[in-house]
Amino acid sequence: MLKIKDLRVSYGGIEAVKGISLTVPEGSIVTLIGANGAGKSTTLRSICGLEKPQSGEISYFGENIAGQPTDVIVSKGITLVPEGRRVFPDLTVYENLKIGAYLRKDAEIAKDVDWVYDLFPRLKERSWQMAGTLSGGEQQMLAVGRALMSRPKLMMMDEPSLGLAPLIVQGIFDIIKEIHKQGVTILLIEQNANLALRAADYGYVLETGNITMEGTGSELLNDERVKAAYLGKKKK
Amino acid sequence: MSFTTFIQHCLTGISLGGAYALIAVGYTMVYGILRLINFAHGDIFMMAGYFMIFAMVSLPWAVAIPVVIIATVILGVAIERVAYKPLRTAPRMSIMISAIGVSYLLQNLATYLFTALPKAYPTIPLLKKIFQIGDISASLVTFITPVLTIALVIGLVMMINHTKIGMAMRAVSKDFETSQLMGIKINTVISMTFIIGSALAAVGSILYFTDRMSVTPFSGTLPGLKCFVAAVLGGIGSIPGAVVGGFIIGICETALVALGYSTFSDAFTFVLLIIMLLFKPTGLFGEKIIDKV
Repeated sequence: MLKIKDLRVSYGGIEAVKGISLTVPEGSIVTLIGANGAGKSTTLRSICGLEKPQSGEISYFGENIAGQPTDVIVSKGITLVPEGRRVFPDLTVYENLKIGAYLRKDAEIAKDVDWVYDLFPRLKERSWQMAGTLSGGEQQMLAVGRALMSRPKLMMMDEPSLGLAPLIVQGIFDIIKEIHKQGVTILLIEQNANLALRAADYGYVLETGNITMEGTGSELLNDERVKAAYLGKKKK
Repeated sequence: MSFTTFIQHCLTGISLGGAYALIAVGYTMVYGILRLINFAHGDIFMMAGYFMIFAMVSLPWAVAIPVVIIATVILGVAIERVAYKPLRTAPRMSIMISAIGVSYLLQNLATYLFTALPKAYPTIPLLKKIFQIGDISASLVTFITPVLTIALVIGLVMMINHTKIGMAMRAVSKDFETSQLMGIKINTVISMTFIIGSALAAVGSILYFTDRMSVTPFSGTLPGLKCFVAAVLGGIGSIPGAVVGGFIIGICETALVALGYSTFSDAFTFVLLIIMLLFKPTGLFGEKIIDKV
């Protein structure tokens, strides 16, 4: 579905992504793990057109979308749940969901709002509240719900667990799996490697702009180097 | 001062305030979206004055008014495209300097094209019709201005709160990047802002100059500054704030003139600005700005 080849992106004068290649097959959950500043966010941002890649190819269903404007990319079925949630604080919960469907002109938007409310009953209770008044976990639910409103084929998520209590993080991951079951392909980046690799079919380890390891979720979970660097377990 | 004179001055003040409010809305909307003080806005208003003079030479007023509004909108959007859009990612100071540049460019262009001599503003017979209520007499424009202002602003607020493009405007004013992720075309929303701001400036210009009777290339400078003050007074970024600010400044200015202190009427506006900035820098309706860390 998504194939990245030799992607190079500069961000604020430094080369943050130094020629990475990765594949996201349709119907999978793929995760990118790595430390702060490894280039994870920059990779996602360039897939959805917020950063212009210097070189390389981002092929989506066979079409190179590298460097296209964000609204065109979003219209093709790619969405990003941004880091830090970024809900619109002065819009109500309902309006935040409506704006997620901004490019859609079909008649099923109301139906999809109900679908999101089924996934997150908490949002339904707070439908008319300003999004800025929600708790962190609720805002994350809203950010995910808003992304779903575009009926994405590929949903990218940038650190959905950031700053949330463990119990809520578990809830968010359950929802991610539920969304995946309903047929959405997921590209997830996380610092919480343990959680991400458990959920993922396939994972890539990103270090200072390069992919240093890859493998299925369980392969990486059992890899000694990954354990030492990201899972906080000592080598035996 | 007799009661009649008092009412008469009140009417003049409210009417002037209405015209100011329409221009102030343009400042506040552009600021809300781009965080830019569009210093050229006063000069767009002045150009609308000249457009009316030329339109009325060959067109009846009912046709001339929409023509002027459209021409002003084109000018406003063109300025955004040429002078602000290329600087979208530049530091905010650069785009502000560009706005000051456009302001002087328009003034000098007008001087070059139309000379600095005042040109007579055409009379729209309907607006000039005198109404007599008891001892009070005023032309229709005096009555129409505040009513039209309030109606336009209510329409605008409804549009922002209840339509899709309005929702997009609110989203873009908070977060460019996330708005883009929703598929919103930022440039369309920004153009829309300039379209509305310029159209309101054109209407304000017609109402304002009908009372003043002449236009010079510098006619936009002082009203422009005053309306900017009005927007700050109300809390820049807030549309109701800009309207209230416009009315306050219009009424205060007229009151001072009526009391015989016309020499100080302009200075007073800026004293008001200084006082406001000292005691409530966010303005009457302004939101508290919390810088995100």
